Amino acid sequence: MNGLTGAYVPGGSFLHRLPAGVKLLGLAVSCTALLLSPPVGLAGAVAVVALLYAVSGVGVAAAWAQIRPVRWFAVALFGVQFLLVDLPGAVSSTLRVVLAVALAGLVTLTTRTAAMMAFLERCLAPARFLGVDPFRLSLLLSLTLRSVPVVAGLATRVREAQRARGTERSLRAFAVPLVVSALRHADTLGEALSARGLDD
Amino acid sequence: MIEMTDVNVRFGQREVLRGVTLSLPERRVGVIGANGSGKSTFARLVNGLALPSSGDVTVLGLDTRRHAARIRRRVGFLFSDPDAQIVMPTVAEDVAFSLRRKKLSREEVDGRVRGVLTRYGLAEHADHPAHHLSGGQKQLLALCSVLVLEPDILIMDEPTTLLDLRHSRQVADLLRSMPQQVVVVTHDLALLEDFDRVLVLDEGRIVADAEPEAAIDHYRKIMS
Repeated sequence: MNGLTGAYVPGGSFLHRLPAGVKLLGLAVSCTALLLSPPVGLAGAVAVVALLYAVSGVGVAAAWAQIRPVRWFAVALFGVQFLLVDLPGAVSSTLRVVLAVALAGLVTLTTRTAAMMAFLERCLAPARFLGVDPFRLSLLLSLTLRSVPVVAGLATRVREAQRARGTERSLRAFAVPLVVSALRHADTLGEALSARGLDD
Repeated sequence: MIEMTDVNVRFGQREVLRGVTLSLPERRVGVIGANGSGKSTFARLVNGLALPSSGDVTVLGLDTRRHAARIRRRVGFLFSDPDAQIVMPTVAEDVAFSLRRKKLSREEVDGRVRGVLTRYGLAEHADHPAHHLSGGQKQLLALCSVLVLEPDILIMDEPTTLLDLRHSRQVADLLRSMPQQVVVVTHDLALLEDFDRVLVLDEGRIVADAEPEAAIDHYRKIMS
């Protein structure tokens, strides 16, 4: 959850100042390079990614928060590859995945949501000809990001209420109130968007 | 200036407001009443979020039925649940979202956002995710996002419900210092002490309309 929404770490490094478009393009190019690179090149890639993180100044905790969600996946991947292929194969495919995730994480850590949205809005501009409003599309994405912590908060509240009433094993006692409160939230959110002048 | 003429609001079979006629030129207006008495609907009538089933609502000389969008540009609305009203992931972005239609330069937007966040003590949180704020800070953020547009009228639907004593005092001080007309729906009777006028709603009707002391007395009587 935090990896998605709480990720931006304010800073003034050159990575922070790069335009969002350049970073996303760089991410696409370097992930392709990771896939194609020979195992020897991966050692260099580890050094480059580590250097980029050092330059960005986001700190060790933020860096680990990016990798953490895939740690068990990485372990499993390593195990399977080691059994089916060999040790060098297992090392290099695990490294590829972890490095790609680390690079993507670095982009989110150093880019404000607003900058990412503005870039998306520009990329989506041609969609205007299909009758799609790019502003609405990027608003949809922002609202999605914003809704993750809100719905997580609702779920926590429902779970607490369940625990207080001793019904924590019932799936229905969890799902029904959660859906109801999510729908209620959607209603108020719609009202709030109108009040903030969205539908004019 | 807010004017209502013989306003009725029905939701299906239920009559939420009945025969409301008034004009509100005062700067500080409070609205109190039991749960379900029609307070929230009353507040929503003022910026056209709710429309009368019969009768007319005129705000700043404009009919809410025909000019809801224009009215909303000049009437700010603060909800009791700030989570519903914060639409952008981070604090500064949410305030900037209010300004998007103003066609301002990026420097101008940044300047105004920083200005309002500093005034309400949120400057150091500008780049934080909105969900890291406390309940009181979220309410302040929602208020910043409304006030950055410098509305002529501010409607607040139970603004202090989720706030601790310090934050609700802060809101009360703010209400005193704001130049705008303010209409506050609340259960927080202390907040209304120095208001110019207080309306009491009961089952969709205005049953008292007076100075705070007299209106609050009447409310206490019908609640006992």
